[in-house]
Amino acid sequence: MENNELGNLYRDAILDHCRNPRNHDPLQDPDSTGRSVNPFCGDEVEIQLSMDGGRVTGVGVQAVGCSINQASSSMMAEVLDGKGAEEAAAMAEDFRRMMLEGGDERELNGLGSLEALNGVREFPVRIKCALLPWSALKDALD
Amino acid sequence: MQIQTAEGESAIALDVDKIRADFPILSRQVYGKPLVYLDNAATSQKPRSVIETLTDYYENYNSNVHRGVHALSMEATDRFEDARQKVASFIGSGSSESIVWTRNATEAINLVANTWARQNVRPGDEIVVTQMEHHSNLVPWQRVAREKDAKLKVLPLTDEGTIDMDDFEEAIGPRTRLLAVAHMSNSLGTINPVKEFAQRAHAVGATVLVDGAQSVPHLPVDVKDLDCDFLAFSGHKMMGPTGIGVLYAKRDILDEMEPFLVGGEMVLEVWNDRATWNDLPMRFEAGTPDIADAIALGAAVDYLNGLGMENVREHEVQLTQYALNAFKDLEEDLDLYGPRDVALRGGILSFHSSELHAHDLGTFLDRQGIAIRTGHHCTMPLMRTLDVAATARASFYVYNTESEVDVLVDALKQALTYFAYGEQRAR
Repeated sequence: MENNELGNLYRDAILDHCRNPRNHDPLQDPDSTGRSVNPFCGDEVEIQLSMDGGRVTGVGVQAVGCSINQASSSMMAEVLDGKGAEEAAAMAEDFRRMMLEGGDERELNGLGSLEALNGVREFPVRIKCALLPWSALKDALD
Repeated sequence: MQIQTAEGESAIALDVDKIRADFPILSRQVYGKPLVYLDNAATSQKPRSVIETLTDYYENYNSNVHRGVHALSMEATDRFEDARQKVASFIGSGSSESIVWTRNATEAINLVANTWARQNVRPGDEIVVTQMEHHSNLVPWQRVAREKDAKLKVLPLTDEGTIDMDDFEEAIGPRTRLLAVAHMSNSLGTINPVKEFAQRAHAVGATVLVDGAQSVPHLPVDVKDLDCDFLAFSGHKMMGPTGIGVLYAKRDILDEMEPFLVGGEMVLEVWNDRATWNDLPMRFEAGTPDIADAIALGAAVDYLNGLGMENVREHEVQLTQYALNAFKDLEEDLDLYGPRDVALRGGILSFHSSELHAHDLGTFLDRQGIAIRTGHHCTMPLMRTLDVAATARASFYVYNTESEVDVLVDALKQALTYFAYGEQRAR
């Protein structure tokens, strides 16, 4: 593909998560659930969390929509496991900042594999696709 | 060159290169690639004559219309009313008094919903629409039905995205007060037989509103022939500016309608406690109208008349046929909606891939300079019927070419490969 910017958006890691979404199975008897919908494009994310002593012990995320939404959902599920509720909320905030403002190095390092979504920033109309699962997470944590 | 049209009439093959030269925007590049503009169902591009008409108004005779005694106001009024007459003739209406300026088709339909429907729809009446309506020809009727305790009936679609005449007959009856139907679907491209619909609806005493937003820019439309009671359309989809639209209504119906917005311009005499209404069509045009854009819509009508609507339609029939043939290569990967017979459809191709989301596709094509639309196209109920969240839609106009269709189809093939075999893709 000659278009490097496009390659930067659709990095291999993103397409991999999109094809093989992690934690895709819905959790049975979750402690908390969340949902987020973008009526503009019909994309939808549902999330289930198992919590133990304030920590995330199980995550299920089902994303319906474009590859950016699906990859962001899958990556989020992967990094959430074992996080404390406050840590997860802070991560959601860091991710949101990375998408909207670029974020600083510390934040980017803290996000680990999610950094692969950094290229979405060059495609402003697609930022909301990447943020959708995180608002489902916020819904589940609230 | 004389050619035979799908409808059996003769048309002239248009010189598309010459047409393209009239549209300044078509020579621009996007991300270093020539713009391939295939989002005409959303809005069309504008020829230089329309753009210059706007500039000419503001540079040479900018003034408020009606009642002015100075030269500029008289010039502006003459051109403003001249544009109304051009639009009236363009859709075969004998009278410019039947032409009400609105902002767009949506406002035209809302005008009817807020005036005619408020006066005429009664509890138990039925309003009939189709499953392919744009939100603008659905949501206003939902509200009327709710407020008037009337019933909203939605005609189902066949697998090809058309209306079955038996379903139509079954839905229409003595309780039908209004049939509100798209002439051409903005999502499927389907052209509805509105003339036949109107005959049958009138036979049971119903009033007929045609949403012409997609048809008036692309087909010869004659309100006398269709015998519709209302026709709504937008200027910006037919080479005119944004901000100007049209409601056509039969004179006797318009005469009986209460005003929509009230205030200046639409009154004849005003006292402290009351007012009388102005003549048609000004009665429905409160406040200073969109003067420049109305006059420029007149220029767009001149341009389309110069091409000939039969010829515009024929160009798009041929281009659509070419595209339908080219899409056969993709039929394993893409579901294409709407009728396969080009005589039953306009140049709107909506498609969906279960493997590749419309927004990913839209972004991919955008980077190749190809502008298409992705999403629900303001037809969410239709998307639910098709059981998809979104489709990708390419829509043509008279300036589009077969080589642009080739660019699209080639890019679609690339996109399918790119997203299917991402790991092995070339860098």
